[in-house]
Amino acid sequence: MTQNRFRGTERYVATDDLMMAVNAAVTLGRPLLVKGEPGTGKTQLAEEVASALNRPFIQWHVKSTTKAQQGLYEYDAVSRLRDSQLGDARVQDISHYIVQGKLWEAFISEVQPVLLIDEIDKADIEFPNDLLLELDRMEFYVYETRQTVKARQRPIIIITSNNEKELPDAFLRRCFFHYIRFPDKDTMEQIVRVHYPDLKKRLLSEALEAFFEIREVPGLKKRPSTSELLDWIKLLVAEDIPPEALRGDQRKAIPPLYGALLKNEQDVHLFERLLFMSRRKKD
Amino acid sequence: MMTDFFFKLRQASIPVTLTEFLTLLEALNQRVTAHSVEEFYYLARAALVKDERHYDRFDQVFASHFKGLAAHFDDIVGADIPLEWLRKLAELTLSDEDKALIESLGGWEKLMQTFAERMAEQEGRHEGGNKWIGTAGTSPFGAYGYNPEGIRVGQEQSRHRRAVKVWDRREFRNLDDTVELGTRNIKVALRRLRRFAREGAAQELDLDDTIRSTARNAGYLDLKMVPERHNAVKVLLFLDVGGSMDDHIRACEELFSAARGEFKHLEYFYFHNMVYEGVWKDNRRRYTEKLDTATVLRTFSPDYKLILVGDATMSPYEITYPGGSVEHFNPEAGDVWLGRLLTAWPHAIWLNPQQQNRWSYVPSIQMVRELMGERMYPLTLEGLEQGIRALQRAR
Repeated sequence: MTQNRFRGTERYVATDDLMMAVNAAVTLGRPLLVKGEPGTGKTQLAEEVASALNRPFIQWHVKSTTKAQQGLYEYDAVSRLRDSQLGDARVQDISHYIVQGKLWEAFISEVQPVLLIDEIDKADIEFPNDLLLELDRMEFYVYETRQTVKARQRPIIIITSNNEKELPDAFLRRCFFHYIRFPDKDTMEQIVRVHYPDLKKRLLSEALEAFFEIREVPGLKKRPSTSELLDWIKLLVAEDIPPEALRGDQRKAIPPLYGALLKNEQDVHLFERLLFMSRRKKD
Repeated sequence: MMTDFFFKLRQASIPVTLTEFLTLLEALNQRVTAHSVEEFYYLARAALVKDERHYDRFDQVFASHFKGLAAHFDDIVGADIPLEWLRKLAELTLSDEDKALIESLGGWEKLMQTFAERMAEQEGRHEGGNKWIGTAGTSPFGAYGYNPEGIRVGQEQSRHRRAVKVWDRREFRNLDDTVELGTRNIKVALRRLRRFAREGAAQELDLDDTIRSTARNAGYLDLKMVPERHNAVKVLLFLDVGGSMDDHIRACEELFSAARGEFKHLEYFYFHNMVYEGVWKDNRRRYTEKLDTATVLRTFSPDYKLILVGDATMSPYEITYPGGSVEHFNPEAGDVWLGRLLTAWPHAIWLNPQQQNRWSYVPSIQMVRELMGERMYPLTLEGLEQGIRALQRAR
């Protein structure tokens, strides 16, 4: 039991509620649906769970064109047709043309694996519905070869969503759900510490200050999140920027190396305009 | 005890089902938690709530149901004021000037102090107590609820981290914004607007073309692919907010969240009564974060479909005269701007939440309707369907 409990890792700070959600999902063998702002470590979570529990890690990245069937298996009729024209002997056996999907891979794995279904909301509205039975019973039927693929043990399934589409109720009912909240300052400090253990205290607090300030700017198209902060700090350290340069009040321009935090032109313009206005007010 | 909890959740219109409840019981059975209330709270939340918008409501139900239990652990300092209620109150009682005044005064600290004092005096966390603060009417506390700063009430509380239980912190309250229930019908109506077009990479087998080119290829297989079909409709949504639209908030919210789920290319803007030179995307920042309507006009291509939602109930001056706006001085009249919108996006309709049989008594509705070329439809399912059909007609 204890070995099956997830407590975060050296590289990943997990809050209490997140740990509980992961552990409940692992214990009951239900999928865990994780939502949250982009860059709060949703995808990271699955990797860390796999490494913490010492399990093989299988990723299934969902795109707008992904079909549920592709996760199970695909029947490559086209190459079979071509082979038949070329007179290949393999043609006789249909199972040569069944390509296993990620879910199949997870089902037949020797050790209970961690399966990540990443960004499920990118796919078509019907995608989650098509996986209902498979996720529930952890088995599916291959029509071409008339065999049933059954999971050896229920894989740990972690599903992430960016909230672009609403997921159907029937699907939600089968999952545990966790919303990764944007970390508060304390947690954030912990997270940065985990990634950059020898960061100077002053630089860290100044950087965090500047970061949360930028996040507060109204109307940003993409508010910077944890992963952007980490990138930025990495750059600050690499360029050896002194903490003074980040000080908020006397700052004359946008923070150094802002490119890591603000990811589009409009946001940079907006930020510059606000700074300009606040300076003008003081004069 | 657990069953009561389940029904209380359902009463608070959190869509919990039996399956989920059984999951929770199963998890308890398997000793997922180590007998602490906090862990139980996390577990129950993960098992029962499937949408972060319901977190806040869950916290409230949890707090009220397990209050006695939690009291054994720490003393509870929690403020349980339905923010929605305060906001509503503020919207009704405060004029826009008041709101601006409060924002500009910066007297928040003092306001907060008084507030905290009064909170301390108050004993019950529930209905009676809330009313006590709430019915202060035009007192600063109503304003408190309206204001974005109002959310700080909760943040103030959570400074005393140790004393406040997790669920009492109610950190998810601003996620509980677009309450959506029963949007299915609207979604279905909006679905009519879908227009599929082939876009992107070639993914699908084009059977006809394959047969043709295979035949031409002397029987050797020659595969032809086409891109898959996607919903390619683009929608611009302009929503009237404030003033007389307050009565229709619910209908508009439903429309809005349905539209958000249905269209990939959806842009929305807010305006008040009539579109003038500025629109905004965030109601709380409407004074600071105005966007140029001219920019919006330039940005979006003519193949966008324009949907305006508003009750069009105003003084006729707001439509026809420069400077007629109730909120600011507008150099150009509303009908000029509306005309520009219609030229930029010829596919346009106006949805009106006002009852249709009352339209003829309001001159401004008649005027807007004329400007729209009669393309005004009631914000009902039937009206929506008519509107969608009108949008699809080529002009």
